[in-house]
Amino acid sequence: MAVAQDRAIAEGRSSSPFWTVARRDSLAGFLFIAPQLIGIVVFVLIPLGLVFWYSLHEWNVLANTFTYTGAQNYWMLIEDTNLFEVLGATAIFSAGLVVFNLSLALLLAVLLNQKLAGIAIFRTLFFSPVVVSLVAWTIVWGFLLQKNGGINGILQVFGIEGPNWLREETTAMISVIVVQVFKNVGLNMILFLAALQGVPNELYEAARIDGAPRFKQFRRITLPLISPTMLLTSIITIVGSLQVFAQIAVLTQGGPGLSTTVLVYYLYQQAFQFHFFGYGSTLSILLFAIVAVLTFAQWQMRKRIVFYES
Amino acid sequence: MNYHRTLKSAVVALAVAVPLAIVLPWGGIANAQDAVNLRMTIWSANEAHLKLFNEIAAGFKKDHPNVTVTFESLPFDTYTTALTTQIAGGNAPDMAWIFETSAYDFVNSGALYPLTDTLKATQGYNLDEVSATATERWTKDGKFYAYPFSTSPFAMFVNNDVIKAAGAKTPAELIVAGQWTWDNAIATASAVGQNGKGGLIVRDFNYQIWQNLASIWNGWGASPWSDDGKTCTMTEKPMVDALTFIHEAIFKKKAIPGPGENVDFFAGNAAMTITQISRASLLPKDKPFSWDLVPLPKGPAGDYALIGQAGIGVMQTGKNAKTAAEFVAYMTSPENSAKLSQFFPSARKSLLNAEVLKTTNPLLSQEQIDKVVISGIVTGKVIPGHTGFAQIQQAVRSGLDAVWRPDADIPGTLQKICGQIGPLLKR
Repeated sequence: MAVAQDRAIAEGRSSSPFWTVARRDSLAGFLFIAPQLIGIVVFVLIPLGLVFWYSLHEWNVLANTFTYTGAQNYWMLIEDTNLFEVLGATAIFSAGLVVFNLSLALLLAVLLNQKLAGIAIFRTLFFSPVVVSLVAWTIVWGFLLQKNGGINGILQVFGIEGPNWLREETTAMISVIVVQVFKNVGLNMILFLAALQGVPNELYEAARIDGAPRFKQFRRITLPLISPTMLLTSIITIVGSLQVFAQIAVLTQGGPGLSTTVLVYYLYQQAFQFHFFGYGSTLSILLFAIVAVLTFAQWQMRKRIVFYES
Repeated sequence: MNYHRTLKSAVVALAVAVPLAIVLPWGGIANAQDAVNLRMTIWSANEAHLKLFNEIAAGFKKDHPNVTVTFESLPFDTYTTALTTQIAGGNAPDMAWIFETSAYDFVNSGALYPLTDTLKATQGYNLDEVSATATERWTKDGKFYAYPFSTSPFAMFVNNDVIKAAGAKTPAELIVAGQWTWDNAIATASAVGQNGKGGLIVRDFNYQIWQNLASIWNGWGASPWSDDGKTCTMTEKPMVDALTFIHEAIFKKKAIPGPGENVDFFAGNAAMTITQISRASLLPKDKPFSWDLVPLPKGPAGDYALIGQAGIGVMQTGKNAKTAAEFVAYMTSPENSAKLSQFFPSARKSLLNAEVLKTTNPLLSQEQIDKVVISGIVTGKVIPGHTGFAQIQQAVRSGLDAVWRPDADIPGTLQKICGQIGPLLKR
């Protein structure tokens, strides 16, 4: 052994073996994350790069031409007279969805956090729309919201003449928001429910001994302790709201006027219906930027509004 | 000794087998290269349509044993979008069914393989018998880029039971009295509409596909843009008058179901529907009602007809464009056009006669075929289309939403629409 080591040193080779425990562990770690890394590179980073590349081109699919135009599509973005209205509709949709979804989810979670008989049935009931096919759900709601549909039929029983939900600018946006809220509220509700059940009971007992009323307990104990979940749900909901497509395509097709044309639907129209793939790519870069900025801002806000027990 | 013999045998076997193993697969590939697989996208998933298409493909295979044709059905609503996405993704079909509204886009962009030489070279094809009005949209610089295999007139299906129950005059009675006008048609629809059923439905319009309203506004001589396609004409008197008439029919006379109201004629819930004659297959068989098929009523500008078209084109980028063009020539030959006309009325003059159309459209009477189908195809204008139609369609759809309100300012709205689409038309 000593002879071999001497020979190795004499030949200028390292005496220690290449596959040390640390190297083997590193290799195992890299192999474990390799599928995910490859997935991110192939399905996220490369498409992202391609979308940016396409946004610098005019791509006429039918004529089979692909011409470099530099920042022309970005100038079009600035000059697009519809874009302001589209961004407005997107902002209204996102704000409405976040407010309604999170409020309702929290309310339901608080109500369903009680020890009542049959509570599991109610939890299942409110969660069930999450697992229903999105398009099927939207089509059914489309029928319910028709002028002569189910919602107005119910209102008529009470002597109320309902509006033409999907054909009037204000009610169309409200309708789309409500359909989306009812579809996904169950998911946030479950997350809130899990967070509520993680709040230590001793804190409530101490507050009750000190004579704190229930609302104060909720404001001072519950909300701070579930704030990490609130951050998570708000990020998920905002990002999700900016990517809404099927509901708009099925319910309103962006109308009446442009009142429900949100950014993703507009992007789809430009790229796939009007065949402006370059401009569509530019709009998707804009969407990416908006999502990134909002997520970053929310992440920064966590320092102020999120309470960590540790 | 035995060992050496075995080794020698193995070497010899390898010497024979390896070259064979290399050559045979390549030989196989060489043969496979001769095989041609053509793919055609269509919007129909109707079994009867597919059966006929496959029969025609099988007929072509007899003369071209190496060619196989498959038909790929895409959903109607998103057909053109799906097709262009396939093209963008490098998966373009060899042949495509093209709607009349996107014909200009496909023809003018250079996406299609010119068919004139192939069609003219096909024995017995007789391209000259196809009317010039039918081919106008599919031709550029004298070259023919797609064949309009379906030229289907719009007509009015009537439910006489519903009309009689409302105490109104049926279209047949109005035609006999020489009073089949839009005013009287809407009076009939209004009587039914106010009786609790649907009056008149412009099928597939649904306050989105506004170009189908050409089936009404052509009666006023209105059109959304000038003949050369460069100028918006929606602010001109014929269009304002026609849209005012339609608006009153919806909101004052309750003759047309309003926005967001779903009524199905073929379920027996409405007096009349304007649609293409191929929809006769939707007439109920279990609980039939007394139905009729009549031409579109006379408008202030006189008698008129409207047709919808579908063309078959060969994609320029396809590897087998020449063979695909030969298949299109075979598929749309006089013999196969006669077979296709049971579903898709042909623009060939030799097929525009009652004897041929009666055998392929057994539900229609000879009078209906003469007055609606033949007359419609010969005299009809094609539904509006334009280069960049999807964008124009969307702009007009979005603008017209302001018309579909009880308190609409129709001239003001049309002015705005022209402001929106004016620059698009000039491109």
